[in-house]
Amino acid sequence: MSARNTGAGVPTRAGVPERRWPPFLTEVPYWVFQDEDVYRAEQERIFHGPMWNYLCLEAELAEPGDFCATFIGEQPVLVTRDHDGQIYAFENRCAHRGSLIAMDHYGHAKDFTCVYHAWTYNLQGDLTGVAFEDGINGKGGMPPEFCKAAHSPRRLRLASVHGLVFGSLDNDVPHIEEYLGQEILDRIERVLGGRKPVVLGRFTQSLPNNWKLYMENVKDSYHASILHLFFTTFGLNKLNQKGGIIVSDNGAHHVSWSAIDRESEAGEHYKDQKIRSDSQYQLQDPSLVDSFSEVGDDITLQILSVSPGFVLQQIQNSVAVRQVLPTGVDSTDLHWTYLGFEDDTEAQRLIRLKQSNLVGPAGYVSMEDGAIGGFVQRGIAGASNEFATVQMGGDQAVSSESRVTEASIRGFWKVYREAMGFAADTAGGAHA
Amino acid sequence: MDAHNLISRAQGHYVRAIDDGPIEDWPEFFADDAFYQVTTADNHRRGLPAGVIWANNKAMLKDRVSALKEANIYEPHAYRHLLGQPAVLEESEAGATSETSFLVVRITGNGPTDVFASGRYLDDYVFDAGRALIKKRIVVCDSSRIDTLLVLPL
Repeated sequence: MSARNTGAGVPTRAGVPERRWPPFLTEVPYWVFQDEDVYRAEQERIFHGPMWNYLCLEAELAEPGDFCATFIGEQPVLVTRDHDGQIYAFENRCAHRGSLIAMDHYGHAKDFTCVYHAWTYNLQGDLTGVAFEDGINGKGGMPPEFCKAAHSPRRLRLASVHGLVFGSLDNDVPHIEEYLGQEILDRIERVLGGRKPVVLGRFTQSLPNNWKLYMENVKDSYHASILHLFFTTFGLNKLNQKGGIIVSDNGAHHVSWSAIDRESEAGEHYKDQKIRSDSQYQLQDPSLVDSFSEVGDDITLQILSVSPGFVLQQIQNSVAVRQVLPTGVDSTDLHWTYLGFEDDTEAQRLIRLKQSNLVGPAGYVSMEDGAIGGFVQRGIAGASNEFATVQMGGDQAVSSESRVTEASIRGFWKVYREAMGFAADTAGGAHA
Repeated sequence: MDAHNLISRAQGHYVRAIDDGPIEDWPEFFADDAFYQVTTADNHRRGLPAGVIWANNKAMLKDRVSALKEANIYEPHAYRHLLGQPAVLEESEAGATSETSFLVVRITGNGPTDVFASGRYLDDYVFDAGRALIKKRIVVCDSSRIDTLLVLPL
């Protein structure tokens, strides 16, 4: 499905042809979703670059010895909890000949032994044992100067944010609080702060598109009521809503939110209106959308993204984290982890399970997102030199009270093109 | 008719409703207070309760059908279910417990026949007027991975 741009490119660093990016944030060139060399460069500059990548939840590593085998971009990494109570992460690749050290997605171990030649690692990723290191009967074995300490897998930098574990392969990554900014931190805290999450289920959705098309979709508040017709069709849109978009100062991260508008509810105009829009269709079991206030405020929806590939979602009482992992130019793994909390009542837990129908691969308000990226990937075949236009709500990447905006998409590309080193094409600009 | 025959007969018509239609018939294979869940072998083994689809009554299943007919947007596609013989684990005059393996292929648009899902149905049936109705069906998919989206039920 991917069409490669073989146009005139000048090789620059890491062998990537130089790309000219449009000078405005309102244009996104289609080759960025199609080119193998761009995909390769992303592994280095984005995923191995000074970015924080979501790995797992602290709650998933509750006990010493618990581990999670996950990825940063394409690279396998192991995240563990050791007996000192700390979380560690290191490359999931044996220092000997490169085999995976652990294969279970989630598991428990006292240490890790590579199946190939039984090289052993402790929970912190130190190489602690080499089979037949001294040979047999004085013959064979490793040379005397071999130093195990010098052969441990590379360790990741780690940061925990309200129970979310992020990792980076770049020592120059900014401090996580600086990376996220206060507004994003506050909105993560709003959903997860001081709470103990419980995993209710995990599902992986294979997307037939480039990973950035999914991130654009997540950040796109403009499409929500147009592509996802479930709430509209069944008359479940509440008319008394307010909301907005927060774009982090650097543009990289975003929050889209909506809340019950108590002022409009109390107003004259509202009294003449029904709470929900009229509709030809009704749910036979409307208890699906019977919700409780998630954290005691009026916010009913909060979609939060952290570049490059993390989403924290509250849709009514469906709380989930999503990890976006590229697996090829036109394939992406979307890992959903559905959450409840330790202090949920039985009734609240039931509401969460019912509302799991809203999200995920079969979600009433999310299934379309699994397919739309593929429609774009197929639609842009042969159009490498064309551009998407993202002018809704202006040409800036700033917060807004209106959700009819593409501001957070522009923010994503602003950070992306800088990280990739794509120069602005000041000679162009005829595409506005 | 014995349990095996009642279940086989019900399941034959169940997959026909999904694969060939009308899809509106699909909820009619369930009791009013039926439980239906689509999950993965990994979640099932770990005892994680959420589902890709999760319903604790027949009305929710009817809402699934209304949503896929009236609200959700997706590329037209069709399934073909291939079921194994039901393994009847317990049976009485009133009902039975059984497991049945399935393979589902999906044809999207004018695309090829793709293997979409394999797994097993973990079922409780009630027998009512010579008919087996599903009281509880947990659809346990072998893989944790779902390609693109899941609209039609399994």
